Amino acid sequence: MTITPTYQQPTERGYYGQFGGAFIPEMLYPNVEELRQQYLSIMAEPAFQQEYQQLLRDYVGRPTPLFEAKRLSAKYNTRVFLKREDLCHTGAHKVNNTVGQILLARRLGKTRIIAETGAGQHGVATATVCALMGMECIVYMGEVDMERQKPNVYRMRLLGAEVRPASSGSKTLKDATNEAIRDWISNPVDTHYIIGSVVGPHPYPDLVARLQAVISEEMRKQLLEKTGSELPQYVVACVGGGSNAAGAFYHFLEDPEVKLVAVEAAGHGVHSGHSAATSVLGKPGIIHGARTLLMQDEDGQITEPYSLSAGLDYPGIGPLHAFLADAGRAQFISVTDDDALKAVVECSRLEGIIPALETAHALAVLDRIGAGPDDVVVINLSGRGDKDLETYIQQDLM
Amino acid sequence: MNRIQNAFQQDKKLLNIYFTAGYPQLESTVPILRALADAGADVIEIGVPFSDPLADGPVIQASSSVALQNGMNMRVLFGQLKDVREQVPNTPILLMGYLNPVMQFGVENFCREAAAAGVDGVILPDLPLDDYVAEYQDIFRRHNLRPVFLITPQTAPERIRRIDELTESFLYLVSGPGTTGGANTQAEGVQEAYFQRISDMNLRNPRLVGFGISDKQSFDAACQHAEGAIIGSALIKALEGTDDAPAAAAAFVSSIIK
Repeated sequence: MTITPTYQQPTERGYYGQFGGAFIPEMLYPNVEELRQQYLSIMAEPAFQQEYQQLLRDYVGRPTPLFEAKRLSAKYNTRVFLKREDLCHTGAHKVNNTVGQILLARRLGKTRIIAETGAGQHGVATATVCALMGMECIVYMGEVDMERQKPNVYRMRLLGAEVRPASSGSKTLKDATNEAIRDWISNPVDTHYIIGSVVGPHPYPDLVARLQAVISEEMRKQLLEKTGSELPQYVVACVGGGSNAAGAFYHFLEDPEVKLVAVEAAGHGVHSGHSAATSVLGKPGIIHGARTLLMQDEDGQITEPYSLSAGLDYPGIGPLHAFLADAGRAQFISVTDDDALKAVVECSRLEGIIPALETAHALAVLDRIGAGPDDVVVINLSGRGDKDLETYIQQDLM
Repeated sequence: MNRIQNAFQQDKKLLNIYFTAGYPQLESTVPILRALADAGADVIEIGVPFSDPLADGPVIQASSSVALQNGMNMRVLFGQLKDVREQVPNTPILLMGYLNPVMQFGVENFCREAAAAGVDGVILPDLPLDDYVAEYQDIFRRHNLRPVFLITPQTAPERIRRIDELTESFLYLVSGPGTTGGANTQAEGVQEAYFQRISDMNLRNPRLVGFGISDKQSFDAACQHAEGAIIGSALIKALEGTDDAPAAAAAFVSSIIK
């Protein structure tokens, strides 16, 4: 099969432009190669699609609503819609991917599931589908993140998963991913690794993007119904690794009239030394098996990113996003901790929706994208804020 | 014939020792290298520290962190290795590291500096075979550097053949599933069957077994199925907290081959 690469579709070896590939030790090669050879055909099976669609509808609660946020619209003098991924089962978009990957894992004959998690949302979504399917589940989470996201640690354990602390490096998402990869090296036969974002070696970035693409597929139908056009002027999403952005952008990638806005975490400020704004601070390098934009020092050592939000402090971005940034297809904006926290309060007070801290970064750019009164802006409301209450209390938002 | 192939002409099982450059002190690299060679190590791998070494267990991870904190980087390492062949003339030296620091230093620069220092081979576990052939092979050849590739119990026979074709040094047989420094947890006979299967393939390159080899007993056991074995984590552990790292390194080698 010859593949014509597009924004949506990487090459056969997993490249989006110069980004992607599979830079993995030999120990992982058989697993990743098996996945590469099978993911497209398994996902195309009618039986797989039927089971996946049914779970998305009856278990996840899809389609999620597209809500016209009239008070935010009035404040920013543009037409704002919120894609309510926060209403998915488990409280974020992450479950779209885990439902698909657990079905894939079963068809590959795997019995043991591992995952990494930053904010804990992917860990919870993985623990959830493992409970549903009766599969063993081990989630790696940075020690720092376990402290920041205690409720999610408890939820995973309640769901029957084992949460293992990652105590190397910055003790956050990068290190949790390292530990999950080491686990996979040690358990190459019975284990499937459910990566939570559009990162890692090919085929993961494409696999996860396809499983999250349901977000933009629904957006197009809902926009047609509500605005008379499938195409908005802007689609806005936050980017850590970039899974919710990949899902929100996916079916608009080949429509150049739709402006795609990716919002990164600036932490204390892009050039403060405490930031996770990879598209600004990164240069091409290899992390977790993919060549992408990467925050690193001049010797190629990966540097520690910072964001108050545990889901955005990743030193890389998915290779698709690196390509979108490089090609100018998406506009990258970064938002500080403080501005994200203001957006938390604003969305809570104006729309009665308490967003996750990650999502709040996307909500914070409404006055920065140049949207006019007649423009339609869709913000992917990727997760709800319950998990962040302790942070919000500590930050004294009121 | 290169230094690596020369080493395999000896009528004995080869001991390949890995240690991390810049550990325990920044300036430890060459004194440890020399001590290892003088004590009888047959092949020496110098680990180039990386912040996120995915194929390594906790011991090598920790030594890499210390080395980076000590200020080790590619430029410092090549500075240290400048005159190393005056001190260690014959022992094959390989550099083992991860691709990203090599890419940032520049593959051509890396190979030129390594060759100038008298390095014989390079092990980059996260360099994919296809990428090596497409982008790196010519550069490696031009600088007379031999790549070493890993083979695991899950590597398919046709892939092993391909790796063997691309190799002119030795094959690195990973002893079982796991990262460096882990214990062998495989059921009895599983590892032997794997070694036997590889042995029966009559490959053109000699084989060294690595991962989980820690003492004389495990070294001798691994050598029954290969031309030698590789020890890394256990040596690093022997260097922990010592005042005289070269002496500790030499004593460790003696404990394996005496």
